[in-house]
Amino acid sequence: MPLLSVEHASKRFGAVVALDDVSLTVDSGEFFALLGPSGCGKTTLMRLVAGFETPDSGRVTLAGQDLAGAPPHRRPVNMMFQSYALFPHLNVFDNIAFGLRRQGASRVAIQSRVAELLDIVQMQNLGARRIEQLSGGQRQRVALARALAPGPSLLLLDEPLAALDRKLREETQFQLKDIQRRLKTSFVIVTHDQDEALALADRIAVMRAGKIEQIGSPPEIYERPASRFVAGFVGATNMIEGFVARDDGGWFVAPFGRLKRADCALRDGARAALSLRPEQIVVARDGEGVPGVVEDIAFRGETTQLRIGVAARQALRVSCTNGNRFSLGEPVRLMIAPDAGVLFAEAE
Amino acid sequence: MSVPRKKLSGGQRAVLAAPYLWIVVFFLAPMALIAKISLSHPAETRPPYEPTFSIDDGLAGVLAKARTLGFDAYRALADDRLYLDSYLTSLLIAGVSTAIMLMIAYPFALTMARAPRRLRSLLIGLAVAPFWTSFLIRVYAWIALLKDEGLINHALMALHIIDAPLSIYATNGAVVIGIVYSYLPFMLLPLYSALERQDPALREAAADLGASPLQVFWRVTLPLSRPGVIAGCLLVFIPAVGEFVIPDLLGGSETLMIGRTLWNDFFANRDWPAASAAAIILLALLIGPLLVAERARLRAEEEPS
Repeated sequence: MPLLSVEHASKRFGAVVALDDVSLTVDSGEFFALLGPSGCGKTTLMRLVAGFETPDSGRVTLAGQDLAGAPPHRRPVNMMFQSYALFPHLNVFDNIAFGLRRQGASRVAIQSRVAELLDIVQMQNLGARRIEQLSGGQRQRVALARALAPGPSLLLLDEPLAALDRKLREETQFQLKDIQRRLKTSFVIVTHDQDEALALADRIAVMRAGKIEQIGSPPEIYERPASRFVAGFVGATNMIEGFVARDDGGWFVAPFGRLKRADCALRDGARAALSLRPEQIVVARDGEGVPGVVEDIAFRGETTQLRIGVAARQALRVSCTNGNRFSLGEPVRLMIAPDAGVLFAEAE
Repeated sequence: MSVPRKKLSGGQRAVLAAPYLWIVVFFLAPMALIAKISLSHPAETRPPYEPTFSIDDGLAGVLAKARTLGFDAYRALADDRLYLDSYLTSLLIAGVSTAIMLMIAYPFALTMARAPRRLRSLLIGLAVAPFWTSFLIRVYAWIALLKDEGLINHALMALHIIDAPLSIYATNGAVVIGIVYSYLPFMLLPLYSALERQDPALREAAADLGASPLQVFWRVTLPLSRPGVIAGCLLVFIPAVGEFVIPDLLGGSETLMIGRTLWNDFFANRDWPAASAAAIILLALLIGPLLVAERARLRAEEEPS
């Protein structure tokens, strides 16, 4: 039985449909990400689980129990707020102890539990600090400790890393995942940052306009996106418009040439789009591939991003580990394997 | 790291100097004068106290007269039950009024702060609407309401809730009603601004951590609104202690508030030194607790980790 189950949940705010028949399950101990652009309904879905919103229809169950009618303070779910929402009139210790005191824990139990959490988030000896004396990173960790303190079976995290600068964000990602693995608590994270979702989550639900577009593991989402939207939102991609030709096997006819396709279920002449990841295109100085010209080179450390002009006003982004060998304006050949990328029908 | 000291421009100095100059000329200078009179002795002269300094006396003359200054007026005050009673009654009436205002204004401000944004300015406008009428007229209107044959007693008797008229008018209770009515907006607005600033996410966080709505109020909303509560209470308590018009119009002959007693001493008894001494003591009485509270606040803020 899944720990959290959302079944056919819908929610409107006036004329705006925030959630449209959303269903998903989260397993015990799972790290689950709700990924989507702002306004896609991911935060509404999280607030539905926390009890701050009630669904117009559908239901939310936790460990088999229907949560309908349960106010936020009676749900065994805790939330880490995007703004952290730390109590400015309480110090670090009292912030973390807030939930424990509401549970009626004893003085001794509170002391040891708070010490344990300060240890987990590496804030030992900072219990007496006032919130305004903390750095952004420290506040983030206090917020996490406070939400974890009551020992929820499910922790909701609303854009937990959004307020941190990039270097700290990457560091904190690993800490977050480490803490989740150690405590075996289910984490549901809301994020608009696809890198964050890919790096952290066991499974991702990609949302758009109140609907779930796809649920899957990070490799599934990245390698087999279910829609053009998912392909474009998660990771960088080249979206090439063209049509299908079914003579002598399957072909995708792009403006810059015909590409052999291994699996093509579309009918002959159907308009389609091919999503090709930058690293799925192989660049060579010569060979059989699509001819192109190096228009731009961006060195990124372990990889190099190339922009290869392939037709009038069309260029493909290519990522390779040996891009330094090429120079601007150099003619090259692009090799695209028949099973590379994903082909979408032009239905959207 | 040392921050270079910021120099103020001429314009900035002028803007800052104007209100300070105002305070020096119209508050500190009269205050010094009152302090001086409080050390003089009553006399059947014009003005009714001695010594009076005059430039004609020369420095030696002024110094000689200054030696006759004394604390007689203060000593007389300490022996005078009338003044002690006046102070206590003033503090009591102002304290009770402040407490009642806090209890009325807090839920009011809370509701306003949580009303839909577009409604809020309308609600504030309505709350300060009484200011559009003269304060004096509004207090006079309360006489018509509270009198034995006034509107309130008429209505209650017509509804057979009471048989005989309640005597509210000319009592301390009427003064409390008048003060609560007149000063309520000054309590309401600081409370509103403190509550309106609160991040709603803090309440959600508290609820999420298991606090019931009542606990959210006691643990989060109320403590965070403390600066507003303190500001509102000071803003109404201080003027209420020295209030003269309301006790004069609504109070009875036994309502001894310090403002009235002062007025009597100045204008009826013409004992200016005694009245001045009473005014100085009132000031000390009000400023003392304020300074203590401010020091406590500063110390709490500087508290090391």
